[in-house]
Amino acid sequence: MAEQKTEPMVQLLGADGAFAPTAAAEEFVPYFDKLTEADWKKFYRDMVVIRRFDAEAINLQRQGQLALWVPSHGQEGAQVGSAYGAAMHDHVFPAYREHAIAMIRGLDMVDLIKQFKGLSHGGWDFRNPELHNLHIYTLVIGSQALHATGYAMGIAFDGKYATGNRDKDEAVIVYFGDGATSQGDVSEAFVFAASYQTPQVFFIQNNHWAISVPVSVQARVPLYRRGEGFGIPGTQVDGNDVFASYAVTAKLMDDARSGRGPALIEAHTYRIGAHTSSDDPTKYRNESELDEWIAKDPISRLEAFLRDKGAENSFFEGVTEEAADFAADVRKRTLELTGLDPMQLFEKAYTEPHPRMREQSQWLAQYEASFGDDGGLA
Amino acid sequence: MTIENMPMVKAINAGLRAALAKDDRVLLMGEDIGTLGGVFRVTEGLKNEFGSNRVLDTPLAESAIVGTAIGLAMRGYRPVCEIQFDGFIYPAFDQITSQLAKMTSRHEGELPMPVVIRVPYGGHIGAVEHHQESNEAYFAHTAGLRLVSPSNPHDAYWMIQEAIESQDPVLFFEPKSRYWPKGDVNLSANDIPLHASRIARTGTDVTLIGHGAMVSVLLQAAEIAQEEGTSVEVVDLRSLSPVDYGPILDSVRKTGRAVVAQEAPQNVSLGSEIAATITERAFYSLEAPVVRVSGFDVPFPPAKLETIYLPDADRVLDAVDRVLSY
Ligand SMILES: Cc1ncc(C[n+]2csc(CCOP(=O)(O)OP(=O)(O)O)c2C)c(N)n1
Ligand SMILES: [Mg+2]
Repeated sequence: MAEQKTEPMVQLLGADGAFAPTAAAEEFVPYFDKLTEADWKKFYRDMVVIRRFDAEAINLQRQGQLALWVPSHGQEGAQVGSAYGAAMHDHVFPAYREHAIAMIRGLDMVDLIKQFKGLSHGGWDFRNPELHNLHIYTLVIGSQALHATGYAMGIAFDGKYATGNRDKDEAVIVYFGDGATSQGDVSEAFVFAASYQTPQVFFIQNNHWAISVPVSVQARVPLYRRGEGFGIPGTQVDGNDVFASYAVTAKLMDDARSGRGPALIEAHTYRIGAHTSSDDPTKYRNESELDEWIAKDPISRLEAFLRDKGAENSFFEGVTEEAADFAADVRKRTLELTGLDPMQLFEKAYTEPHPRMREQSQWLAQYEASFGDDGGLA
Repeated sequence: MTIENMPMVKAINAGLRAALAKDDRVLLMGEDIGTLGGVFRVTEGLKNEFGSNRVLDTPLAESAIVGTAIGLAMRGYRPVCEIQFDGFIYPAFDQITSQLAKMTSRHEGELPMPVVIRVPYGGHIGAVEHHQESNEAYFAHTAGLRLVSPSNPHDAYWMIQEAIESQDPVLFFEPKSRYWPKGDVNLSANDIPLHASRIARTGTDVTLIGHGAMVSVLLQAAEIAQEEGTSVEVVDLRSLSPVDYGPILDSVRKTGRAVVAQEAPQNVSLGSEIAATITERAFYSLEAPVVRVSGFDVPFPPAKLETIYLPDADRVLDAVDRVLSY
């Protein structure tokens, strides 16, 4: 039921991990060819680390440390591949499940954890050079598609693209899910992007479900074709093939940067876990579908490829260890997080002084003081 | 007489089931309300029972959910839309405020618009952003809409059915923090019309006014005040637009003191409107200014600060002390 018609899609690695480009992949192969063995291993490492991180976050949620978690398990191929397909000076607008992308752009994963621990609403600033233009998560479905488009319009108005200098020209990539494609904001973003010929890529992670609703409810034709009528060409890629995801994103971002207008990518992938820690997927999807997708796992596929290329056990063991260390460090620092100062309430809504903030913060301070030393607020 | 003890989620579920059974023009529509039964399980089992033509798992678009509900109502259906969380109603803002609210007046008052929009609202659930808002004021400000909000399972059971029977659009604000506590529901008889307020506790010194989840906070405050020798009356608004001022004004004329409490921010809020109306209509009975207890005028904060942001019994009692100090 959830299975949606797919057409020959861009794939470089077969399900068994063998290098076997499909016909649709031909124009993207040169981008794969530029990757080195070190790049392959970096992709592998990042996928394993983020999966381990995700598992740790689920543990932390179950142990009452986080209010909610949004698992990324299964979508590492689409995320890691596309993350490296964008240049570090490009702008990235994620939805809320793009943990691998956040990590690769340089976000401290504990800053991400804070949002799900109830300590922030995002809180990082894309202007921080260490974050490489990573924008905050957007929880309202589809809204960020318009922000990304506006940002890309700004790049165009500034003339910061199509100069022929690939290292300076800028582009934008925006992520959203299959469900999000139904939102008016997303269609309107397509209209504006096409109208202004923005340097931008729309990256749809089609994980086949919007909570309990299968993609077939959102779309009767494959989503990569959604942009056609708007004038935005689409490419369907096997999102569980990290190389294909990389190559397609890298080429289309290059194209966007060099002035060929917006493009759309539909990455076929699957959310292996629950929608969020509050969700029970057994209520709406069946085990055989899950098994089918577990067999297409992006990590085991790349592992098979790497082993075939001669990667040693020691490499895989090293990565496992590194992932465990990474998760342990996140756990340790999560447990060390402290609460928030209530006065912060009034310091964050405006950049400039505001009389109501002043009045209400004064009121709260007095109110707190009225409880005396031991009756104060937490 | 059949009385059953159940939580509000089950009461609304039972009310929806009764409405679906009674009138085959009643439809439920929303995201994840069918197979999953809604993220809060309010619609659990209803798709199985009534079929996917009556309980629609819609595509993910709030504007379209409300916009198509308007068309369905024109066709004689009685759609009941679910907005998954308070903060996700805004994509439908135009359809609700410019279209749904005005459709009847644009048809010279002749065209009914029997659309219900269910909105799980409010805080106390420790959720991430956009999941804890009390945004009733935007809609109470819009003429053409009716707004109600039950505070307990019995009211929820009857009010959802009455809202569905209304010929005018009704926004139905469900206090999600009160979804799970159980209460007695009299399934045989209802004692009060949809747009009436109710005295939830009688008292003589101060009148506390609120709706939805705030009612239980007010009752808790009243209990504590009682121990300290203050007799508090609590009014459960039930209807937010129109507000049933009769019981409120009667109460204030008796006590001479009023506190209006809400989770929503204070600026231009429903509580502000009620405070102003009390002042206008019961001025000579007042012994003190009407005091509002609200969320602060900031975006709903990260969950770790929600207990600071949301008015609790202590904040209400602080206001009670203030009105008693005059
Ligand atoms: C405007 C809006 N409506 C509803 C929701 C509740 N909601 C959160 S995630 C989700 C499903 C999103 O599905 P999809 O776009 O496919 O992304 P995925 O979660 O599968 O990554 C819904 C309905 C929301 N966050 N925003
Ligand atoms: Mg999805």
